[in-house]
Amino acid sequence: MNYWPLLGIALVVIGFALRFNPLLVVVTAAVATGLLAGFDFVAVVEALGKAFNDNRYISVTWIILPVIGLLERHGLQQRARALIESVRGATMGKLLTIYLLFRQITAALGMKDIGGHPQAVRPLVAPMAEAAAEKSHGKLDEGDREKVLAMSAATDNVGLFFGEDIFFAIASILLIQGVFESSGYPLTPLELSVWAIPTAICAFFIHSWRIRALDRRLGRVRP
Amino acid sequence: MITYEWLYWLAGAFFAVWAILSLRDQRSGNAAFWGILSGSFFLGSHLSDLANGILVLALVGIAGLGGLNRSDPATTTLQERETLSSKLGSKLFFPALIVPVTAVAGTLLYNYTPLSETGLFEARRETLILFGIGVVIALVAAMVWLKPPVLAPAEEGRRLIDSIGWAAILPQMLAALGAVFALAGVGDIIGGLAGSAIPEGSVFLTVVVFALGMALFTMIMGNAFAAFPVMAAAIGIPLLVETYGGNPAVIGAVGMLAGFCGTLLTPMAANFNIVPAALLELKDQNAVIRQQVGTAVPLWVCNVVIVYVGAFLLWN
Repeated sequence: MNYWPLLGIALVVIGFALRFNPLLVVVTAAVATGLLAGFDFVAVVEALGKAFNDNRYISVTWIILPVIGLLERHGLQQRARALIESVRGATMGKLLTIYLLFRQITAALGMKDIGGHPQAVRPLVAPMAEAAAEKSHGKLDEGDREKVLAMSAATDNVGLFFGEDIFFAIASILLIQGVFESSGYPLTPLELSVWAIPTAICAFFIHSWRIRALDRRLGRVRP
Repeated sequence: MITYEWLYWLAGAFFAVWAILSLRDQRSGNAAFWGILSGSFFLGSHLSDLANGILVLALVGIAGLGGLNRSDPATTTLQERETLSSKLGSKLFFPALIVPVTAVAGTLLYNYTPLSETGLFEARRETLILFGIGVVIALVAAMVWLKPPVLAPAEEGRRLIDSIGWAAILPQMLAALGAVFALAGVGDIIGGLAGSAIPEGSVFLTVVVFALGMALFTMIMGNAFAAFPVMAAAIGIPLLVETYGGNPAVIGAVGMLAGFCGTLLTPMAANFNIVPAALLELKDQNAVIRQQVGTAVPLWVCNVVIVYVGAFLLWN
């Protein structure tokens, strides 16, 4: 077997680690992998062009930005903060835990487009979490502020990933079904999706515990 | 019938507007980048693979040479935003909710009523198309209600897309890398290596290698979908199901979820890990991944236990 194409993976790892421009890293790795597998340069560029073109739908979602930008111009983030400040007993821990549960449940019901980073985390969840953290711990320093915002984004991811597979009509369930069926093991989507439930419960407990831990750590007075 | 092609024209038009505004702002790098991307959206379906590939190289060249910069179009001050926010109140949330509600309610309505028989939308593409329709409705509603200057949404959109910069097309680029990896047979090589790393005769260790293979291969590809067929064919089906008699539903479902733990740990899953860091304007590109390590690792251990208990101890 020709193991040389694995060098492409090494290039990706090294390139990301050395913080070269990621687009440059990805394309260099693609070209290197193709050449090492024995294709000529033009064939690799063609494969790259075809795949980039076929995957344009991924970048379509940026059309949401003018709506979000327009609302931000009129104070959407400030509104999100004010809403949290007006709720008595609101803490970052409680807020993000509720968002985690909301994201898991709606994803499990097939509504994975409720939420997401451009349309929910940046305009609403992150400013709300920051406001809640400042309400309990006072003004945050830059490092802690970054942690709170990053945790908001992480919470959206965890909620989505470990909720969506409970919904039986989702791409990953259909992929699992297809792979097993072609090997002679017919499974129904429902048989698969019930087995996503134990992991979803573990994800909720582990991640909500970590959200609370971050909230507690912010409160600790530093020397 | 409304197809993805319509969405590509819509997105192409947005990128074109951002290119023109960048040009007017004398940011030629940004103008070239968004302009070429706009061209890819408008013309991509009619160009040869080679021409599309050259567009990709041009985009990478501009970004790689540092040609993309943050812009700062005129906008409201923090003070004005506070005032507007208290004047407009919680009604500000409504336009933001139009998009997800249109996408979700529209998808349900379309799939569970006779509407689907009209063939209005390209099959299985209705959610993203409805997302596009939702954006247009929300934009019109916000313009009518807030009456900003005509160019305001375009300029605000440009401010945000420029703050994301090259990261905006990284997910699409990584999908293209995945296609090249598949062409070069990288998956089969990794599956073969993982298969040969299995210790003889231990069910538990085989489960560990399977789950570890899912997580690591997902980290490499940025996507559990690429890892799953390879790991299932190398270990999941021949060893766990056929040799050791495990429950295929548990192995399949939880194996995929072990891969999702890998998604939380890798910059290759750009749209979940790198793009949000750019969107939230964090200094550390890997800040989101750092917050996810402490969840992903214990959760991966849970998945190993669930496969072992669910597919073997309870099943036999």
